[in-house]
Parts: sequence; C-alpha cells; structure tokens
Amino acid sequence: EIKSASVSFLYCYRTMKILVAVKRVVDYAVKIRVKPDKTGVETQNVKMSMNPFCEIALEEALRIKEAGFAKEVIAVSIGPSQCVDTLRTGLAMGADRGIHVETNSSFLPLTIAKILKSLADVENPGLIFLGKQAIDDDCNQTGQMVAALLGWPQATFASKVVLDKDKNVATVDREVDGGLETLNVDLPAVITTDLRLNQPRYASLPNIMKAKSKPIKKMTVQDLKVDIKSDIEILEVTEPPKRKSGVMVSSVDELIDKLKNEAHVV
Amino acid sequence: MMMQKLRRSGAFIRFGCKSLITSRPDKNSVSRSVSGFVNHYKSKGKLFELSDGNYYNTELHHPCISRHLGMLLQQYKCFGSSAVSLIQRNPLFSSLDSKDVSYFKEILGEKNVIEDKERLETANTDWMHKYKGSSKLMLLPKNTQEVSQILQYCDSRRLAVVPQGGNTGLVGGSVPVFDEVIINVGLMNKVLAFDEVSGVLVCEAGCILENLATFLDTKGFIMPLDLGAKGSCHIGGNVSTNAGGLRLIRYGSLHGTVLGLEAVTANGNVLDMLGTLRKDNTGYDLKHLFIGSEGSLGIVTKVSILTQPKLSSVNLAFIACKDYLSCQKLLVEAKRNLGEILSAFEFLDNNSMDLVLNHLDGVRNPVSSSENFYILIETTGSDETNDREKLEAFLLKSLEKGLVSDGVIAQDINQASSFWRIREGITEALQRAGAVYKYDLSLPVEEIYNIVNDLRGRLGDLANVMGYGHLGDGNLHLNISATEYNDKLLGLIEPYVYEWTSKHRGSISAEHGLGVMKANEIFYSKSPETVALMASIKKLLDPKGILNPYKVLPHSLFSY
Repeated sequence: EIKSASVSFLYCYRTMKILVAVKRVVDYAVKIRVKPDKTGVETQNVKMSMNPFCEIALEEALRIKEAGFAKEVIAVSIGPSQCVDTLRTGLAMGADRGIHVETNSSFLPLTIAKILKSLADVENPGLIFLGKQAIDDDCNQTGQMVAALLGWPQATFASKVVLDKDKNVATVDREVDGGLETLNVDLPAVITTDLRLNQPRYASLPNIMKAKSKPIKKMTVQDLKVDIKSDIEILEVTEPPKRKSGVMVSSVDELIDKLKNEAHVV
Repeated sequence: MMMQKLRRSGAFIRFGCKSLITSRPDKNSVSRSVSGFVNHYKSKGKLFELSDGNYYNTELHHPCISRHLGMLLQQYKCFGSSAVSLIQRNPLFSSLDSKDVSYFKEILGEKNVIEDKERLETANTDWMHKYKGSSKLMLLPKNTQEVSQILQYCDSRRLAVVPQGGNTGLVGGSVPVFDEVIINVGLMNKVLAFDEVSGVLVCEAGCILENLATFLDTKGFIMPLDLGAKGSCHIGGNVSTNAGGLRLIRYGSLHGTVLGLEAVTANGNVLDMLGTLRKDNTGYDLKHLFIGSEGSLGIVTKVSILTQPKLSSVNLAFIACKDYLSCQKLLVEAKRNLGEILSAFEFLDNNSMDLVLNHLDGVRNPVSSSENFYILIETTGSDETNDREKLEAFLLKSLEKGLVSDGVIAQDINQASSFWRIREGITEALQRAGAVYKYDLSLPVEEIYNIVNDLRGRLGDLANVMGYGHLGDGNLHLNISATEYNDKLLGLIEPYVYEWTSKHRGSISAEHGLGVMKANEIFYSKSPETVALMASIKKLLDPKGILNPYKVLPHSLFSY
C-alpha cells in the first residue's frame, strides 16, 4: 500500500497531532503473583497504573507541543473500562483528548498495532509515541509493528528527540547495546521511548481540574474494522523457579565433585 | 575542686568537648561551656553562687529541683561534637571483670559475647553521633531465658545494663552513658505466630519493623505504625519508646495496638503478659507501664500487636499552602471530608524543603513553585475509584477556597514514594547539613508554628530553624541546623523551647522519649507529684537501678 498520505501531508507544525499510546499495567512497585490456575498474573485488588515508559512517551509529546511543534496530543488506551482512569491521568498531565478502545480481551502486540494503525488512518498524526515496552509482558514489539503496518520510519529506544521545523525531520538518539545511535527520521514517524528520555511531570491539581472537561471518545474494535484473531495462544504462566539456597562445601575436592556431578558444569 | 570531683567519678564521657575538661575553672569563674547558659541567667539576676564555685538557677520553679540542686549542678551541657551532660557515674555500680565475661560466655556461647572494639564502637554510639558510651561488652541473647539469666546475674553483681534494639533513638536512650553492659536483642528476631483472621501478630522484640511489614504484606496486612527508621528499628524498641510515626492519626498509638508483651525485669523475673485478646479487663493492665518506659522498667522480649488489613487503594497528595492558618484549616476540612479514609497528614515548611533539595540526591519539589508550607495527605481505603474521586473533589474544593495554592496527586507507587522521600528524608538531610539541635514537641495545633517563628526571631542569623511533623497529631519536630555546635546557640535555644512548651501545656517530648537528653526536663511537662510516683515505681521494679540508668527520670531523684 503506497503511503501517498505521508507525501501529501506537509507537516505544518501548527496543525500536527501527536498520538500517544498508553497502557494500563500492574504498578511497577507491586510484588506480582501468578494466579493459582496459571492463566496469568493476579490483577484483582492490585494497584494498576500507567506503564512507566508510556508516561515518558506522553511527557515527550507534551514537551514537543509546548515547544510549539504540535497542536494536539491525543492519548489512546486499549482495554477494559478502567482504562479511563489511565486516560484521565494522561489528560491530567496535559494531553488534549483521549480515545478509549474498549475491550475485555487481552490483546497481544500485533492486534494492538493493527488498532493503532486504524486510529492513525483516522487521526493522521505526524508522530506516534509509544513506550519501548510494557512492564507486564516486556514484549517490545508494538511500536515496531505499528511502523511496519503504516510503512512509516521508526526510531526505537529514544533517549533524545529533536525536531527540525523546516526539514520535517526528527533526530533521535537511540540507546543500543553498543552505546548511542543517532538517526534522522522523516515525519510522520513512530518513536518508542526509553528510560533516560525525560522525567515525567506530576499531575497537578489545576491540570486535574482542567482534565475533567477534556473529552474521552469511546470506540470499539468493530468501529475500527480490525481483525482481532490472534495467532498466539498463551498456554501457561508460571513463576520462575525459586532460587535455591547456597551450600557450604568443606574442601576443594567436594567442590569439584559437586561441580561435576550435581551442577554438571565441568 | 571540680577537677577532684571529676577524677573520683571514674569513667565519664569525654567526646571532643573543647571547653570543659581543658579549661580548669577556678572558684569564681565558670567554664566556657556553661557561660552561655549562665550569663543568660546571670543577667536576669537570678543566679546564686554555691560555695564550690558552681552556679545554680533559682528560676526553675519546681521545688524538687531546688532541693537537689547540688546534684543537678554537676551537669554542664557539652556540645563539642557530642551533647552529653557531665553526669556522675553511680559509684555503687560494679565494674566488669573477667569472671563476669566468662560467666556470660558460658550462658550465651562465645560468639554472642562481643568484646570486639569495632562492633562496640558502633554499639556505643547513637544514630545521631551525639552520644557515646564506653561500654566494654555487648551481649546478644537468643531467647527470653538468656535475657533472664543475664539480668539475674547483673542484678546480683550490680552491673548496670543498657537494653538496645536498632539503636535509632534520637534522645540518647539506646547507648551507654558510661560502661553499662549493652544487651542487644537483635538475635531475637523470629515471628512466633500470626492469626489471619484477627490480624494479631506475635513476634520477638528484635524483629525489624520493615521486615515485619514485608512479612505482613504477603498475608495482606500492614503494621499499625510506620516511621522513617523502619529499616533498622526493632519492634521491641518501638514499644519501649511508644513510637508514634506517620500513621498514628489513623491507627492510634501503641498503647492501643499492642495487645500484650513479655518483659524481663531487673532481677531476671519474666513477666508473661503476652495476651492476644482485644479485650481483657482482669486486673491492672501492667503492659502499659512498659510501653514507653524506654527500657528503664524492664526489657521487652516479645510483643503481640494488632495489625490492620492491607487496603488496596492508597492515594497521596502533595500540597502547597501559603500560610500556616491555611494548613490548620486544611486539617480540619480533611478530617471532615476525607474522614474514614484519611491515613496521614504531615507538614513541612519551606526551610525543610530547601534542606532536603540541597542535601539529598534524586529528589525534586513535586510542586512547580516554591511555597511557604507543604502538606502530605494520604488516604487509604478499599475502593480505588471512590477514594480517588473523594480526594480529588476535596482538593479541588480547597483550591477554589484558596486554602491550597497548588498541589499534585501521585499517579503510581513510585511517585508516592518520592513524595514520602521528601518528608522522611528531612532527618537525614539535617544530619548531612552539620550540627542539629532536635526537639520533638506536642502543642495545640494553632500554636505549633508560633514557636518556630519566635525561635527564628530569637536566633536570627545564627542558625536555620525548621519546623515539620505530624500536623494531624499536633506534633512538631523543631530542628535547628547550624554549621557546628556552639554553646551560645544552645543557650538561646534551651531552656527557651522547654519553657515555651510548658507555658502552652505542651509536651517536651511528643514521641521521641526522654532518654538521656531530656532526663532532667520532665518537670516542664509533668507535675512533681507525678514524677515522684514514677520514681517510686522505678525503685520498686528496679531497686538497684541497673536498667538503663541516668535516663528518663531526673537524676536528682536518685541519690547515689
């Protein structure tokens, strides 16, 4: 599918929209437990919050808007009715409006990516920001899949984002294993954010008050005409094996014996 | 004359005290360290000179004190790099000898009798590095039986002892003054029982508060108290000092939440008062004597405490207020509108915030602009959405009414921890900033900030005065920070602070206890008759006075 859309849109910053995907996950500080039936992690009566990387993504989008490079920041969340709380947090931080795609199913990255693509086709943002990964599944796939589905360039693990007003280009520093890599990406583009990009702001009272009047549009998966059939089925979720306590050995010979016959490493 | 007295008293505390020991006062002069205090009162024309060249003050209006002034007077505050009064070591106490050490090794085992200099160095020094003893021996009993054996022996030998837990006390109550034997209950750290229906936890006194909280977390419960020292303090110590903390406003004091305890008295007698019942009106409830007695009536060895179910919805707001009056009004409104979900209400002033921002890493002011006062409001309830809406509605209304100038609500546990870090980090920041004079006062809520302002006016540029604390409980932590300890400053602060508090019928120690720091100041908050009865009880339970001597009660009441 030819992305003629990206060519015909001259990204005039005064009208540019930024779409930010935010996920509602178990709070980072909570000690998680696996459900007894092993179908997943216990989420009942557990504190849920916005995924920390999504917070960073939203913060970056807000800073870009405040710098005058964008007109509107839209927060999007896909999930059950409580996602509205997460979106309200986003609005309280400063997003202009929210979109809630309501579903009780738990979607994997590819389905999320398809939904985000449909939304992008409707909203035509100049930038899509996502957290690099969600702290519940650690997939690190959604951003990349969205970019591929849209045919847009992607810059993942961003630790610095600088926009060039005239050339319609974003210069992104990426955190990679070997160090830092700097990329120029043409807009529209998908950027996923890493930890050192920024420190998200707190939701202040005046902004919480303003957020009450900001709209959250409810949509369904059917509205967006997305095929939600998944190729992957989760069979079982288990805890990692408990770390065994150490054993004191009385001699070098005993150590060698254990390394050979118990640990099988020599 | 004074020199001879010092020599006779055996080991006394000497800790970087520049003035006292080096300068030999002659009959008519007074050593530098007291000059601030003395000059202040001399100018008031109320000093009376004793024949031995010491001065005393007739201003103190309690008869007990004037009667025992001779004793009282041997104390001079020495704030070189420590703050120890020059107390006389009780000559009736025995000194440790090798036979004693062998006996202890026999009953405790070699490993748990500590004579190692480095470990003793730490055990002899309090958390604030303000008080330092010179004990030569630390004992680590593993169970109540061993504690009983130790005390029985010490009582018969007349060896003074110091019960010690996490050593996080702030009034010098957990370290020796001279060579008292340290009995540290750190090895008695087992949880004995937990009833998941009633929430009653029974554990040994050496359990660290944070470890208990972690254990309870797995069961879906929380401890009824929480304080900054939770990573090191022991529950036995908490009980012995009747610790308050951040959640008192919601769960009450330890006098209410402790259902029972086991303690060993000075002669080794084990008092089993370890009930787990919510209601038990059979006879005098003696456990209350031990709660808050700071180890002077017995060593607590086991505690039975009522814990609370862990509620899922915790919200925290960090608010900025323009003036103290708004803070008070906010408290009243919070109690009314947040009612049953309010679980903490703390305040700190601008000076405290600046101190924390300057001395601690990784903290930032949650509120965008600098304000005069900051408040932390925490709610704990069972319904996330409901509580959130309630808190937001309350805060927005307060914003409209002008009580609140700005504020933020924590969006996740991480943000909440960073807000708490600011409030709980003030103590640490004060330590890093240099010398700190620390006062813990209970005052009527409307008076709390007046003392801070008055003291600020009084000290001027000499020091930085900070006020923060549990506003919800009427408890002010008044701290004066200076680059170094100096007697002129001390003379301006004490007894001004105590007198100010006494005038408003406040308490000179809301939750920290008296320890050695305020052992002689009790009369500012309690009547002489009450204190006399306390002394009788002490003499009844500990006739030889071996348990944590020189602390809690005035030295004047115990003649050596």
